Amino acid sequence: MKRLINLAPSRGSRWLLGLLPFLLLAMVYLSLSNARLAENPNDRLLPTPATMASSFYHLATAENVRTGQIVLWTDTFASLERILIGVAISAFIGLVVGILNGGIPLIRAKLSPLVTVASLIPPMAILPILFIAFGTGEAAKIALIVIGVTPFLIRDLQGHALRLPDEQLIKAQTLGASSWQVLLRVLLPQLTPRLLNATRLALGSAWLFLIAAEAIAAQEGLGYRIFLVRRYLSMDVILPYVAWITLLAFLLDQILAWTSRLAFPWYHSGEGDKS
Amino acid sequence: MSLLSAKRLEKHYGHHVVLENLNFSVEQGEFVTLVGASGCGKTTFLKMLLGTEAISKGNLLLDGKPIPNEPGPDRGVVFQKYSVFPHLTVLGNVMMADELHSAKLLGKSFGTAKRHAIEKAQARIEEVGLSHALNKYPHELSGGMQQRLAIAQALMMRPRMLLLDEPFGALDPGIRQDMHELITRLWQEQQLTIFMITHDLKEAFELGTRLWVFDKTRHDPQAPEAYGATITYDLPISRDRPTAALTEALHQGGLKTHTQETLL
Repeated sequence: MKRLINLAPSRGSRWLLGLLPFLLLAMVYLSLSNARLAENPNDRLLPTPATMASSFYHLATAENVRTGQIVLWTDTFASLERILIGVAISAFIGLVVGILNGGIPLIRAKLSPLVTVASLIPPMAILPILFIAFGTGEAAKIALIVIGVTPFLIRDLQGHALRLPDEQLIKAQTLGASSWQVLLRVLLPQLTPRLLNATRLALGSAWLFLIAAEAIAAQEGLGYRIFLVRRYLSMDVILPYVAWITLLAFLLDQILAWTSRLAFPWYHSGEGDKS
Repeated sequence: MSLLSAKRLEKHYGHHVVLENLNFSVEQGEFVTLVGASGCGKTTFLKMLLGTEAISKGNLLLDGKPIPNEPGPDRGVVFQKYSVFPHLTVLGNVMMADELHSAKLLGKSFGTAKRHAIEKAQARIEEVGLSHALNKYPHELSGGMQQRLAIAQALMMRPRMLLLDEPFGALDPGIRQDMHELITRLWQEQQLTIFMITHDLKEAFELGTRLWVFDKTRHDPQAPEAYGATITYDLPISRDRPTAALTEALHQGGLKTHTQETLL
């Protein structure tokens, strides 16, 4: 008998094993839901999948009589727009400051302590300030995402830049590179895939900040909708919405992962085929 | 005027003396091999040539002028590892020097300049025998091929001298032999001046025209950091002289030091 650490499932059974926890959770939910609905058919806490599906279908197809908009898509586009703009701004600032901090000691000496302190401020604590400063429109929500995510990206990229072997920087200089050229041809291309990876990790908190900001002040958006229908205990809307948000988050994450693997094959060379 | 000369050159960190009393002059075209026990300051010396370590005392002149205190295109280098850029292909790695030179702002050339750079790079890559791997990334190459690439890349700038820090230390013996032939050929064809650190005394004798042994001449057991290493032996090596005889000569010369214990 092999040791436990040497036993690996085959490709097909890995899928099945991965599916197992999901099936178990679904079964637990179904049995609980059935039990509650048997007691009280009007129970709203654990709706059946059929109820959820019809509610979700309604939200995804029916036009609002007053505005003529379809709720789900309005919410999705509003939220996606906010998170994409927010994350894009964060990624850009993170890359530029990360490269400068990592590559130029004189800039690092000035900015690094500030970034460290800024990254420790709980972004949610300054949300009121953002609402006061930017109003309750789009700017405040995007600003919250940027403030929450950027320091993490800067610190990650700066750390990675500092971990690049000195040999590479020396080599570039012996090839005649100026400081600017070292940043542009050595640091930038090596930090870009790292940025994609760090952004993947930061997406989780970006969603958190988005939903929180929408919950407090918005006219549309996925987070807004969830917190709105909470008043009516509409679990049949909340649960599909959570699933929908999870799906969107998953897709964004996979798009970044794919881009990174396609565009930077050399970056992923060290990774084994473990998954 | 000699290419490189040093007079009472010294390097210390605070009270810790690493190198002291280095005096030498090296002519163009010499192949100097540096040996010595681990931690005796060979690499520190190479870093002083490279410009990443400051000189504490004395002077070190390249072409009669004090050596610049940062790395530059006049001194090429190949390290034991991390010498090539992982994000560039073989061609990209070798083209880089030319691109940095011709495109100051972007560091990347286009059009005619690019074609020109590719042609030049291809010639260099051909010299080291990597023409079949033009579009491969370093991680797809073996250790020996990566070092070939690093050499081709360093030679693009036609440096005044080439600094090699144990370039073949991590390679298999067979591959190492190929690399010896390659570096000897390039050295002869291009009239290079080479400084090479090695742990392999046989390699040092085989490749060099001049062998430097770094060791401490004075030793204070109470304060081991008080004295630094210097060049204890500066031997001219003639290529047709058999290695065994030289080793014998070293013994007779009384190389009864720490170096002997670790190297011979």
